[in-house]
Amino acid sequence: MEAKIDWPRNDYSRVPFRLHHDPALYELEMERIFRGPAWSFLCLEAEIPNPGDYRTTWVGDTPVIVSRDKEGAIHAFVNRCSHRGAMIVRNLRGNAERLVCLYHRWCYSSAGELTGLPFRKGLKGEGGMPADFDMRAVSPRKLKVENCSGMLFGTFQPERAEPLDKYLGEFGTGIIKRFLSKPIRILGYSRQRIAGNWKLYAENLRDTYHASLLHEFFVTYGVDRATQKGGVKMDARHRHNMNHAYAASDSQEDAKAAYADTAARLDRMQLRDKKLLEFKNEYPDGMNLAAPTFFPNGLLIQINNTIGARQIRPKGVDAHEVFQTLFAYADDDEAMVRHRLISANLVGPAGFVSMEDGEAIEVIQRATASAGDSSAVVEMGGRDPLRDLAHRVTETPIRGFWSYWAELMGMEPAGGIK
Amino acid sequence: MKVLYDLMAEYGMALDEDRLEDWVELFEEACDYRVVTRENVEQNLPNVLMWCDNKNMLRDRVESYRNVNLYNPHYDRHVIGPLRIAGEKANVWSFDASYSLFQTDLEGNTRIFSVGRYRVEARLAGDAAKLKSVMVIADTGTVPSLLATPI
Repeated sequence: MEAKIDWPRNDYSRVPFRLHHDPALYELEMERIFRGPAWSFLCLEAEIPNPGDYRTTWVGDTPVIVSRDKEGAIHAFVNRCSHRGAMIVRNLRGNAERLVCLYHRWCYSSAGELTGLPFRKGLKGEGGMPADFDMRAVSPRKLKVENCSGMLFGTFQPERAEPLDKYLGEFGTGIIKRFLSKPIRILGYSRQRIAGNWKLYAENLRDTYHASLLHEFFVTYGVDRATQKGGVKMDARHRHNMNHAYAASDSQEDAKAAYADTAARLDRMQLRDKKLLEFKNEYPDGMNLAAPTFFPNGLLIQINNTIGARQIRPKGVDAHEVFQTLFAYADDDEAMVRHRLISANLVGPAGFVSMEDGEAIEVIQRATASAGDSSAVVEMGGRDPLRDLAHRVTETPIRGFWSYWAELMGMEPAGGIK
Repeated sequence: MKVLYDLMAEYGMALDEDRLEDWVELFEEACDYRVVTRENVEQNLPNVLMWCDNKNMLRDRVESYRNVNLYNPHYDRHVIGPLRIAGEKANVWSFDASYSLFQTDLEGNTRIFSVGRYRVEARLAGDAAKLKSVMVIADTGTVPSLLATPI
């Protein structure tokens, strides 16, 4: 298959299924998006608070080290030894003055500079590297890192990338500040490996239509229903999106009328232990659900009082890992931390309102492998120009995702909308 | 301690035979069931994949699986290793056991779904034992597809 796309329509209301299956496109995505001018989410600043701290992460399929040097500056560079290509750091995190490759003990600084290698000058006048060997010239490839309120982003092509604040837009920088308005404490991680192309997860995050239908827990127990006040908010380029809803902004009667199939259940089913759904409002905006997602791989998530970040890690054309970091605020008391952990039952690989995503994505991947030239239909909410909406019966942000994806890939249709 | 072995045998079989309600009945009211990962435990991080801090929360989870949640149709198969009994205090026995959990889809394809260890406290009353707490510490920190039915 050649890496060229015949978009059936220039408003992205038809998305060819082969975009989730073509290995050549996957390779190009790694090059043109993840190693291109996009800003990828790396990790949270709170994960590397001290000089010498480092942790490993992924930008697309590239292993990356994020580290803090002794002056406190944050760096990111490819986790691959300049010598023979071995992974330099093999643990998940740590603190070290220098990072040493296991194979031939080549040494790197926290800034990702090659600083030394054994037997460089040979032994007793024999062997060694040539006199003109330039360590600087072979140091691992670096990413430019920017810190937005404690959320770290990196790009491999800063010369082509927009400044981060422009890339995220007012929408992005504002919502990140809302989540990270005060110091945080990491509660831990979860990982989920889904047998589907990474873009199916990116689409899922922009598909507010599915939320209250696939995740019946939302409707049944009244966590989030399309009848609540809420909507979708995007940046000016429509590549990022936030699905959001306001707590207690609909009535049981509205919900029963809208969800005829589950209406009977609304009265019958009650949680025996209601603390699972307890919501302590802690933001001036009153949202109980906020899921801002940042092209291509980042996401912040709030469902009631569980808060965290997620990173999409592509693992080949037909799999990806969803890496989730949950956090609390540093000034939370013990009871609040416990409450956040109980609320964590809602999210993650075993989450009451998230487990279905894994299954939905896998059955798409399985069924569309043989779909040939056919396309997905993305028309809920209309085919209008991309814009913010004060409702969630829409798939408009999915079209926004594809529009920017096509631009970075150099594969836009004639007159493609932005 | 045959009664403890029997308890864990029924624990695995109840889950594997899709008798989730029977599995809940193995716990006492003031119980604690948690699924955590070794990655978090080794970093002293409290994050949970699942946490029910009393029996009603277990009942709610099972009821939600039966009526509300949608997940991959599958069969579970638990293989639980020998118990390493740590001790007893006021009729509460503490022990560890390794587990392997295989998952099989409706077309008969089997995969290793999770391996790890249980840290259990069980209360002995006469000839019967009830679970006071079960902490599942999964070595398999990367959940394949999704985690619905309990480990």
